[in-house]
Amino acid sequence: MSGTFLGMPPFPEAARDAVNDSRLRHNLRKATHTIRDRRAAVVDEMGADWQRLRAEGAAVKEHTLRHLDRYLEQLEESVERAGGRVHWASDAAEANAIVTDLVKATGETDVVKVKSMATQEIELNDALARAGITAYETDLAELIVQLGEDLPSHILVPAIHLGRAQIREIFLEQMAEWGVPAPPGLTDDPRALAEAARVHLRERFLRTRTAISGANFAVADTGTLVVLESEGNGRMCLTLPQTLISVVGIEKIVPTWSDLEVFMQLLPRSSTGERMNPYTSTWTGVTPGDGPQEFHLVLLDNGRTDVLADTVGRQALRCIRCSACLNTCPVYERTGGHSYGSVYPGPIGAILTPQLHGMSSEVDEALPYASSLCGACYEVCPVAIDIPEVLVHLREEVAASPGHAGERALMAGAEAVLSSPRALDAVQRAAGLGRGAVPRHLPGMAGAWTDTRDIPEVPAESFRQWWNKRGKGNQ
Amino acid sequence: MSSRERILARVRRALADVPADEPPVRDSGGGFADSHGVGPTLEVLEDRLTDYRALVRRVAADRIAEEVAASLERRGASRVVVPAGLPREWLSASSAAWLTDTAEEPVPLGDLDGADGVVTACAVAVAETGTIVLDGGPDQGRRAITLVPDYHLCVVRADQVVDGVPQAVRLLDPARPLTWISGPSATSDIELDRVEGVHGPRTLEVLLVEPTS
Ligand code: SF4
Repeated sequence: MSGTFLGMPPFPEAARDAVNDSRLRHNLRKATHTIRDRRAAVVDEMGADWQRLRAEGAAVKEHTLRHLDRYLEQLEESVERAGGRVHWASDAAEANAIVTDLVKATGETDVVKVKSMATQEIELNDALARAGITAYETDLAELIVQLGEDLPSHILVPAIHLGRAQIREIFLEQMAEWGVPAPPGLTDDPRALAEAARVHLRERFLRTRTAISGANFAVADTGTLVVLESEGNGRMCLTLPQTLISVVGIEKIVPTWSDLEVFMQLLPRSSTGERMNPYTSTWTGVTPGDGPQEFHLVLLDNGRTDVLADTVGRQALRCIRCSACLNTCPVYERTGGHSYGSVYPGPIGAILTPQLHGMSSEVDEALPYASSLCGACYEVCPVAIDIPEVLVHLREEVAASPGHAGERALMAGAEAVLSSPRALDAVQRAAGLGRGAVPRHLPGMAGAWTDTRDIPEVPAESFRQWWNKRGKGNQ
Repeated sequence: MSSRERILARVRRALADVPADEPPVRDSGGGFADSHGVGPTLEVLEDRLTDYRALVRRVAADRIAEEVAASLERRGASRVVVPAGLPREWLSASSAAWLTDTAEEPVPLGDLDGADGVVTACAVAVAETGTIVLDGGPDQGRRAITLVPDYHLCVVRADQVVDGVPQAVRLLDPARPLTWISGPSATSDIELDRVEGVHGPRTLEVLLVEPTS
């Protein structure tokens, strides 16, 4: 079974280990820089229209959140009108119980799954396993993570921390246990690895009669669900089975079909850095004679209404999970996704996880400090979430909580990543200059910290150049 | 209280700060472009599709049958799935054996898997993003038929091509199941290297029919 984030050490400790792992650092650096450059190219070619789309995307999501009750009811009505059934789940346990019962009702013990953050968040696979149901992940990276009994480390590319040689080993050792074995003599050529995955899953797709998915968007006025993907495993899961169960966070709603004019431009360019992802599927309820004839939508709260209640933190619910903020983050690049101890890593994870959990642990409390507040995440966010603003807001909450040394957490988090507090100063300062939205003086405990530090001159070279020169950025 | 009521009540409580008279509907602000003026529509579409490593050929409207036959022959495809509503004249020059799919009499999955390819039309295509959209119309068929075979030959008419995504969204009917296709199946999950061909058709070939004018 898959691993679990439970019992993870808080960010500073986990990050220190990650930073010391040179192979991980190399994989991450290569991957994040590749995808960053690709994104920049396809965003640039949109010219001034990009900022207009970004503003529109943010406005649509913000409006939806401010009237979420109305849109939830409208979505429910639209889906049911089109022949789907809607279920409501307050928390992970309830969502897992609903899905388990729905699968049991089909009489099946195997389900295929298309990558979904919501089902990872509620640890659905483990819940199904306890009920004797095996969930097969079908997204290549999810498959790698599942076979390797590993944890996802990135929203979009969950196996980003693994290189091709490691993937080959996992396939050779584990595929046979789950189904069709890897071919003997499998090489680590990505083409050969993709082919092995195709063969491994082919028969499963043709045979399995129940599928579980998430959704990128749920359109309130039409009841349409939207899934963007690359490989075609999504299409397989959404098309071939008899029964489809989609677990969707209540924040995934957009009001109208025409809002997709905006999001179908923002999301692919921000996430994979492509003008368009290879496949997008949309479906509205049930279509007689085409695709699943039974469709269930499970609407998931699981802490989201708590996030909604925080007028500063609320904006985190605009997130369309593109992962641009991870790819651009100097802290993520060095620590990787596992350090964040959550299925939502990177800058968005640092603001979303503690809010969803209600800062209930040391891990949650450390997360708002897993940042240099450089603001790069805000710049790339297609729905303009001011992540630094929310981070500062959450730090104030941590600092105000009884018995907590805010500065200690801040120092520990920074030190783990950047090896010296001076380095943190440099990043914070250099990036802060490029961006008006982060206050120069931070409020609360963090403010006390910045007040007492003499901030060094802005380095003439970029932080990355400086890092490379120190021989830490390479290999 | 049901979970439905509980969640809706929590949402309403969370939104106490939203003024009661704030309009619950939003005028779609617009203000963004329909497309981005990147060049002549058909050329841009061809360029984008080629970029995704799809095979693209521009064909004259009166030569569709010959070009379909030539594509299938090059591919060595002799058992080919077609949706029932595909214009039969498009198939008239080929000697392939046709597996005709209808909602009432669907081609069994195993036969789809064993077929050499599928030929369809499309609903809309988007030049700027190199996207072809299928909407399950009679000349496109059930979603499964363009998914399971390893080769998809798609005929796109010039009058179906729009410049940008917003124009396509406006033309499409959300009540129908839609599949947006931008190149062959691909993954970037291994070291972010784009590799064509995982679960969907590994070869996408597009016949772009020139306007008749
Ligand atoms: S916070 Fe913004 S940039 Fe980060 S994943 Fe969400 S939408 Fe993308």
